[in-house]
Amino acid sequence: MPNGKVVVDRERCKGCGLCVGVCPFGVLELSATYNSSGYPVVAVAHPEKCTGCALCALTCPDVALEVYRERAVAGPKVGSSAESPTEHR
Amino acid sequence: MPEAGTVTKVFARPRSLTDKHFTYCPGCDHGLLTRIIAGAIDKLGVQERTVIIAPVGCAVFAYEWFRCDGIQAAHGRAVAVATGLKRANPHLIVISYQGDGDLAAIGTAETVHAANRGEAVTVIFVNNQIYGMTGGQMAPTTLAGQRATSCPEGRDVRTMGYPLPVAEMIATLAAPAYVTRQSLHDPRHVAQATKAVEKALRYQVEGVGYSLVEVLATCPTGWKMPPAVAHQHVADVATGTFPLGDLVDRG
Amino acid sequence: MADRQLMTGNEAMAEGAIRAGCRAYFGYPITPQNEILEYMAVHLPKVGGAFLQAESEVAAINMCYGAAAAGVRTMTSSSSPGVSLKMEGISYLAGADLPCVILNVARGGPGLGNIAPAQGDYFQATKGGGHGDYRLIVLAPSTAQEAAELAGLAFDLSDQYRVPALILADGMLGQMMEPVALPAQRDPASLPPKPWALTGAKGREPNYIASFALDPTVLRDLNLRRQARYREIEAREVRWEETATEDAEVLLVAYGTMGRIAKTVVRRGRDEGVKVGLLRPITLWPFPYAPLRALAERVRAVLTVELSAGQMWEDVRLAVEGRCPTPFYGEMGGVVPTPSEILREVKRHA
Repeated sequence: MPNGKVVVDRERCKGCGLCVGVCPFGVLELSATYNSSGYPVVAVAHPEKCTGCALCALTCPDVALEVYRERAVAGPKVGSSAESPTEHR
Repeated sequence: MPEAGTVTKVFARPRSLTDKHFTYCPGCDHGLLTRIIAGAIDKLGVQERTVIIAPVGCAVFAYEWFRCDGIQAAHGRAVAVATGLKRANPHLIVISYQGDGDLAAIGTAETVHAANRGEAVTVIFVNNQIYGMTGGQMAPTTLAGQRATSCPEGRDVRTMGYPLPVAEMIATLAAPAYVTRQSLHDPRHVAQATKAVEKALRYQVEGVGYSLVEVLATCPTGWKMPPAVAHQHVADVATGTFPLGDLVDRG
Repeated sequence: MADRQLMTGNEAMAEGAIRAGCRAYFGYPITPQNEILEYMAVHLPKVGGAFLQAESEVAAINMCYGAAAAGVRTMTSSSSPGVSLKMEGISYLAGADLPCVILNVARGGPGLGNIAPAQGDYFQATKGGGHGDYRLIVLAPSTAQEAAELAGLAFDLSDQYRVPALILADGMLGQMMEPVALPAQRDPASLPPKPWALTGAKGREPNYIASFALDPTVLRDLNLRRQARYREIEAREVRWEETATEDAEVLLVAYGTMGRIAKTVVRRGRDEGVKVGLLRPITLWPFPYAPLRALAERVRAVLTVELSAGQMWEDVRLAVEGRCPTPFYGEMGGVVPTPSEILREVKRHA
């Protein structure tokens, strides 16, 4: 199974929780922290479970989520290498 | 060859969106639909010739969210404005984004006649069964028995009429190229709606003609439901009154 | 096409518009302006323009809003009840700073009224009509020749100041046939560019057109900038015609069809030795306050003659400010006073 990574834009998130409900793997949870607009922000509570399926981002009404996926081709697994991703076209 | 895995961005913000934050309430499907439209503009490569028409209603700011030219229309008249733009400059790709009060109440005449002329524009119709911006009054699409601030005991169809079946009405006309009703209540339906919006826009680019994409959407605030419950309500209840699927496809 | 033609005022306005580079027209049938719609249906497509008979006047003015936003010279025409329907759209045009030309071939009112000539739409045309603080440039032709010329001027002023322009005519002028020396054809490509227009955000940031600003200070500032343009128009664009005013003792003020009849009154009055003159406003907004005020210093009375209960009369009194008596003579409901009736009235004040 591929590794995924979901990145939350805290200032865009309004804490509606739709992403929490659609994630099949329980990666996301509503956190007790708030952004500058006063919305509770979704947290990546279990990043190790993310497969990069992007259902969360497809559901997010505020385009607050970006999703990266790493497909292991050879060598050791790299947990999080989404700093300079290439755009999927 | 990379040392380890190949990292790809599987979901990115569409290039045709500006950086502005949406002004919609938490969990509102308007934002989701806005993102879908921007993605379709990207996919068809028409950002540099697209004009977005914003209605009066919750989407009044819609013209500011797209990295495209935009214009704000009077209540109900968005598709008349679209007609003027497209007739004056047929090279433009014109998208009229309208809610149910706008398109199906005050703008019914413009809606019907633009469709009947087969204006070569794309109409996105957000059917959330309520007037959101003004505080949750009854819309032409409010479900039978549904409560709203102007029908506090629920919509009584004997005195207030029935929910208006816009897609079915427009589908009776000879001119439209594509008429469909979609929903956003789960990822599978989001994917289908995305394909429908892309097809509608492609039909305009290819000169096939007029499209209406009616989208069942939520208004968690007006419905007084948490966003996930509102999506379940669309699946269980709204789709009963407003069946999903393509009604016309002359592409 | 020959440059000199026998045509109605309605046709003259339509042809004048096309020659000024109008390439989008949206209208709806209503008497007594149907000839404009019909003329455009035949002649606008020949020059590559967009003609569409809309489902209503409301739809037509909003189609204009779209076509004007696309940067094309755009026009609609109607008559009084139809112009009332357009008022919301005209307010949006003004609020979005879009140029557009609106022709009102006015008829008797209020309500359905009748199809006879009247000037009861002066307030609507010059004082706003729709909602909000806005002005229209209002031009009032009195002959078919002038109608053709003012159609071109309306487009030029509307583009220059980004203020909608309205031509206030009436059923008599619209239906009357006269020889017209037509203005030269202008190529729309030769007109000044409109960098604000919605042409697609290619190689530039997106253009947005809206009359909407939630922040009160932003909306106030938009209004202040618009008001500054209105002051500029008032300073530069006042137009009027004077007839036999040099030694006049009674000054008639009349516009449009009434202005034309008043000219006959002046000729007959002078034949009889009555020292009567005429000031005929050509721009109803901006109104020729200053020239009227100057004349009011030297006449015995300023007699306003209108096909209304006295609407322009209010502007006349604002101009005269008590410098002399300001009597009024008018008819309503489509009744047009004869030169003899008006001359009798002039003599009462001579």
